[in-house]
Amino acid sequence: MNGQANKPLNQAHAATDHLDLLEAEALFILREVIAECRNPVLLFSGGKDSAVLLHLAYKAFHPGRIGCALLHIDTGHNYNEVIGYRDRMAARYDCQLYVRGVEDSIRKGSVRLRHPLESRNAYQSVTLMEAIAEFGFDACLGGARRDEEKARAKERIVSVRDEFGQWEPKNQRPELWSLYNTRVALGDHLRVFPISNWTELDVWQYIQREDIELPALYFAHARQVVRRGDILVPVTHLTPAQAGDTVETISCRFRTVGDISCTAPVASSANNVADIIAETAQCLLTERGATRLDDRASEAAMEQRKKEGYF
Amino acid sequence: MNALSYVALESQFDEAEQAANSGLLRFITAGSVDDGKSTLIGRLLYDTGNVAADQLASIQATSQKRGLAAIDWSLLTDGLIAEREQGITIDVAYRYFATARRKFIIGDAPGHEQYTRNMVTAASSADSAILLVDARKCVTTQTRRHAYLAHLLGIRELVLAVNKMDLVDWQPDVYQGIVDTFNAFVSALGRHHVQAIPLSALNGTNVATRAEAIPWYNGPSLLEYLEAVPARRDAEQAPLRLPVQRVVRVMLGNAANGASNTEFRGYQGTLASGQLEIGDEVAVWPSGQRARVTRLNVAEQALAVASADRAVVVSLDSEIDISRGDMLSSPVQPPQVVKTLTADICWLSEQPLQARSNYLIKHTTRTVNVFFEELSYRVDVNTLEHQATPETAVMNDILRVKLKLQQPLLVDAYVDNRTTGSFIVIDPLSLHTVAAGVII
Repeated sequence: MNGQANKPLNQAHAATDHLDLLEAEALFILREVIAECRNPVLLFSGGKDSAVLLHLAYKAFHPGRIGCALLHIDTGHNYNEVIGYRDRMAARYDCQLYVRGVEDSIRKGSVRLRHPLESRNAYQSVTLMEAIAEFGFDACLGGARRDEEKARAKERIVSVRDEFGQWEPKNQRPELWSLYNTRVALGDHLRVFPISNWTELDVWQYIQREDIELPALYFAHARQVVRRGDILVPVTHLTPAQAGDTVETISCRFRTVGDISCTAPVASSANNVADIIAETAQCLLTERGATRLDDRASEAAMEQRKKEGYF
Repeated sequence: MNALSYVALESQFDEAEQAANSGLLRFITAGSVDDGKSTLIGRLLYDTGNVAADQLASIQATSQKRGLAAIDWSLLTDGLIAEREQGITIDVAYRYFATARRKFIIGDAPGHEQYTRNMVTAASSADSAILLVDARKCVTTQTRRHAYLAHLLGIRELVLAVNKMDLVDWQPDVYQGIVDTFNAFVSALGRHHVQAIPLSALNGTNVATRAEAIPWYNGPSLLEYLEAVPARRDAEQAPLRLPVQRVVRVMLGNAANGASNTEFRGYQGTLASGQLEIGDEVAVWPSGQRARVTRLNVAEQALAVASADRAVVVSLDSEIDISRGDMLSSPVQPPQVVKTLTADICWLSEQPLQARSNYLIKHTTRTVNVFFEELSYRVDVNTLEHQATPETAVMNDILRVKLKLQQPLLVDAYVDNRTTGSFIVIDPLSLHTVAAGVII
């Protein structure tokens, strides 16, 4: 609140702007969780949705400090830019950052890979459950959105998981008005999604409005890729070009940033938020359809992984 | 409608910047799959350019695999494995779409009788309700039930979407008969605004574009209505209610990065209704003490006036003892401070009400113990008849009840304020949300 005294005050009229309404809803949810839960944590991956969530947490608790720690479940297959960004954000907001790796779970034997280069994305749920047990978290705040996928469209904003991390879609608590029931039995925990009602376009518009910093991967850059069907697979040490592949260098950006082995970029020359918004508004493919290799396995892939405790 | 020759209309979403300035409308769709509800939603999303190419390809492929001649739009909204296996909708799904004018959130509630609770859930946050009627069937028991539930949950803007008009050859007298029957029923419930629209979801007639081919209908298309209907703004006009969520104190260096470390005390919360301006006198409940507003903030942004729905931090000029669950209000139009309540509840749980048990009630940011003092009557949602003195409530029941509270609540009637007039009931053993209530 430093230096605010001399600035002209804003006349805030009815919150008819949809970003104001979505923001207010998220701030309310964040405050409810911090007020009612014993030991909440904010899941921070360095992706754009969690970047928005962290910014919202900053706004919800200002002028106090963010009222919970950050947790990153590291597959060990993240881009260096994202890890650097994650650490910089934790320092900026003065948050305790816990990092737990899928690598640790592999070492312990709770995760067994079919082959060494298998995507570790789905195994994050095992490591996440181990971290929840280790720290005794009763609520995990996450940046998932309902428009991402059909199964997510039916998940509550405050969603109960049992000690196996299972989501039971048929046995969800009804959620009415803005009255969130945050009570959980010992051993169970909550997954809370304050930006459930945001679309990909809302997220980008908000990033622009609030000037939220993102990892550079989200903006157009030159990258070596191989075309597999209609998906661009980045050439990395984990996803090397196969014999017979044609490697191209193209201008591209990531729409979602996850595990290297399962996140693909899209061809794009948008190197600033305004251009990305223009592209997103025109875009013909859903975010996950274009870029997530793991959701393509079957139409119900996401529901299956959620039932297994995936975020 | 051949799946392969289905051509989208020009996308209406050509200016991303325009969307940034548009408002937000939440509406529900009520009706059964047979009434063409999924088709209507699919049409609305598709004709406004909101179905992505991969989603369309996926549902086209599934439709063909099942040997269907046309696209089965319910595949777009029915997200769970069990739903797709059984061809039914289990739960409320939320859909998002936008046009150049507005952003929309659809709460899609299944229509089956056993799912009153889903309709109630979806309706709780909606500004408007689209009630679907099959032109061949007229107003059914289900239509009446949906209209009653929309009314109970405070939705005043109703759309009577008379679907499958092509199957009755667009006969105006068929349409008018349905509209008259519906209006007679709804006006008996209370005050509403009803917009009736004849349409064909399958052909897209009067959905996203107006049908020039129906000379006898001069009203809006469904999309035109949705873009123009006022979102619920009664919260603006109502007296100030600000339930306190958290008390924020800055001392000993716990300030946010960039914020001043000087000592600070303020109250975080969202304005349920009304306005708050610097210098305003407010009453603090339940104590009833008065104070003046010295500062209003959304993070570092200082405001002169905050309006309904904004999540703010308020500073006051005097040191009053205020904690979570207290409420700031207009001093001249305060909430009622009550220890008993009369309410209509919808029982949501598969476990019946244990009338002699203790439950918890969560109202705004306050949670207190509650007893059911009296179960006055049950409403038959099909006939609206009252069945006197029920012994319990089972899932989907609507009951008039009298409640006794251990601690006072700060309430308004639901018709006056949807936030301070509503509550949920929590079972202290299972911790489930077992009922939802509106205060009479």
